[in-house]
Amino acid sequence: MSKNNAFVKFEKVDKSYDGKLLVVKDLNLDIAEGEFITMLGPSGSGKTTCLMMLAGFETPTNGEIFLDSNPISNIPPHKRGIGMVFQNYALFPHMTVYENLAFPLKVRKISKDDIDKKVDKALSMVSLSGFENRMPGQLSGGQQQRVAVARALVFDPAVVLMDEPLGALDKNLRESMQYEIKHIHESIGVTVVYVTHDQGEALTMSNRIAVFNDGKVQQLSSPDKLYEEPQNSFVAEFIGENNRFDGEVLDVSNGVCKVKIGQGEILANPISVKSKGEKTTVSIRPERALINPKDKMDNNQKGKIEEVIYHGDHTRVRINLLGNSDFILKVPNSSQNLDIKLGNEISIGWNSQDARALDPK
Amino acid sequence: MSSETQKILTTDGIPLEESLKKAEKKNKIKAFLLVAPLLLYLLITYIFPIGDMFLRSIDDKMVTKMLPKTFKAMEQWDGKDLPSEEVFEAFYLDYRILVKEKTFGKLATQLNYEKNGFKSILKKLARKQKKFEEGNYKEQIMKVHKRWANVEYWRAIKRRAPNYTYAKYLKGVDMYEDENGKIVQVEESRRVHKKLWFRTLEIAFFVTVFCFLMAYPIAHLLATLPMKYSNLLMICVLLPFWTSLLVRTASWMILLQQQGIVNDFFVWIGLVADESRPEMMYNKTGTYVAMTQILLPFMVLPLYSVMKTISPSLMRAGKSLGGTPFVAFWKVYFPLTIPGIGAGCLLVFILAIGYYITPALVGGASGTLISNQIAYHMKSTLDWSFASAMGLMLLLGVLAIYWVYNKLVGIDNIKLG
Repeated sequence: MSKNNAFVKFEKVDKSYDGKLLVVKDLNLDIAEGEFITMLGPSGSGKTTCLMMLAGFETPTNGEIFLDSNPISNIPPHKRGIGMVFQNYALFPHMTVYENLAFPLKVRKISKDDIDKKVDKALSMVSLSGFENRMPGQLSGGQQQRVAVARALVFDPAVVLMDEPLGALDKNLRESMQYEIKHIHESIGVTVVYVTHDQGEALTMSNRIAVFNDGKVQQLSSPDKLYEEPQNSFVAEFIGENNRFDGEVLDVSNGVCKVKIGQGEILANPISVKSKGEKTTVSIRPERALINPKDKMDNNQKGKIEEVIYHGDHTRVRINLLGNSDFILKVPNSSQNLDIKLGNEISIGWNSQDARALDPK
Repeated sequence: MSSETQKILTTDGIPLEESLKKAEKKNKIKAFLLVAPLLLYLLITYIFPIGDMFLRSIDDKMVTKMLPKTFKAMEQWDGKDLPSEEVFEAFYLDYRILVKEKTFGKLATQLNYEKNGFKSILKKLARKQKKFEEGNYKEQIMKVHKRWANVEYWRAIKRRAPNYTYAKYLKGVDMYEDENGKIVQVEESRRVHKKLWFRTLEIAFFVTVFCFLMAYPIAHLLATLPMKYSNLLMICVLLPFWTSLLVRTASWMILLQQQGIVNDFFVWIGLVADESRPEMMYNKTGTYVAMTQILLPFMVLPLYSVMKTISPSLMRAGKSLGGTPFVAFWKVYFPLTIPGIGAGCLLVFILAIGYYITPALVGGASGTLISNQIAYHMKSTLDWSFASAMGLMLLLGVLAIYWVYNKLVGIDNIKLG
């Protein structure tokens, strides 16, 4: 089977609800067959709107969406054959679990025997065999969620959309459901478009993540790249923890730039700065900066410890560094006994490669 | 476990149940005092009048009190042949008092209900009895009019002997107890009430259907429109609700009469000729139109309150799973609105079945309901006991509908708001 790399394709899609404000701006996005892609962003960033356009509940104001190379803007939702898992599950409360799952099969006029087989299979996939005759109201939140997933998959759709499906679950259940959905995706190879505002969820589950902000895709890449190599300061801020310095570029040479921060100077990796005099935001992940580094690092600064917070497996240390009093360090608790005490002056080092000079905030 | 398990005690050694009762007692008294005014109000304005109505509808003491000696004498009479001299004598003695007190007219009216022809012979007897001689009253009375020698009339008097009667209820369904104590229908030409009952049910049923057909889309719009439009629409629904019932009915009279606005409009657009304007009032049409409009909010509101709770994502789910908009509506949305439909229909039907003002004003002869008949007996014939009997029959009918409805749909499946 040859994989279609643009199985779902957004082409120059704009969306406006009121004719004044664009909620989605010039969206171009290719989703490969069998891919698990997540649209991640704060609320109001346009990610759910994109999903609704793909499902057919909203029409693009401009541009076209293609499914398997066919434009679908004029196809009503019930003919698109796209499965969908809703935020509040949207299980039909007056039908049993069996009837809920049989609904998409009945409207497709599938024979009773086949319906029974498919429902059986879908329920065992989400490990809910034997729950056929329960009403949705008799199930726990996690079970309802599984039924919703099974229902979206039972009619073998080519694409499944999930709109913050785990939002209503508690933390432990959410995590186990993340793995479960991920495994289901891996085992049946369906294309999944997943919407969430929870970055942890996105990082755990996805092949690729599209970070949305202000109606635009800020960055589209795999989870590790997104975390390690954010392309702009929004992504750096939004994904994971981030230490941030605002400054001005003094010099760019040999893939390293010198940035003036307050009274001090640091070396950084020029991602989106090109020339001297530009404003920039430098981003450093907390775990990339070390206390009293043994190896030689090209950035070395002195800072004063302002706060120490114990977190079980690690300790978070807040340091005043170069006028930034919110500089966070993560120190593993198993490591050698460092002299971490409130008010101590310590030496901190990081590689210029890990300090990314991005667009100014 | 056996029933003799040890009683659970509190820390102080008092049985737990007792302690709980004690602790809750204050709250219970408080709760009762809070509802007491309402309870009192219900008793005075609802339970008591209904009880009074019931007593009135079966009360038949009036005749009994007017002819005490007669009925005492009649106790021995088997009712087959003419009664004996004692009965005639007792009747003469009773009647003489009534004539003296000038209350014999009431007796005439009451006995005439029982058997036609009593009025004239009683009047005649009132005139002639002054010249009666002592003794042998049987012959003297029978001489007054030949009907007094007819055993049927004496049986009619005896039938009024009991203090209580269900005759009014029989009359309500066009039946009566004949001379032999058998319950039979009145002759065809005088069967008015049965027709009225059926018409009441028919009009209430169709008004409910029309209300449902009109209210469903409105309620759906109300529940799905954005707030600023739905509020406006809600006011449009409720505005007539806040207007006086009389004013609304009167405006329908202005609209629907033959020279009214609607007819003028029909003529103007050429739908009907000027000389053949349709009659839309003082018949069933008028009752249907006006009652549907007036009862519409009672259907809209319960439907709206149920539809408001149905998540729009359910319809979306139905569609995304492959159901056409119609299938999604019929299989998903509609079943979820059934509690609202049930509540709305029950409410409208029960209100319609006892509706009075509107059919009285726009109904004419063919559009009036049983309630208008009740009012007629209250105001015109002054047969309050019959009016009470019909009122109670209506109430029982409503309760019966409620019971059937509960069996079919289940009251817990109803949502009034």
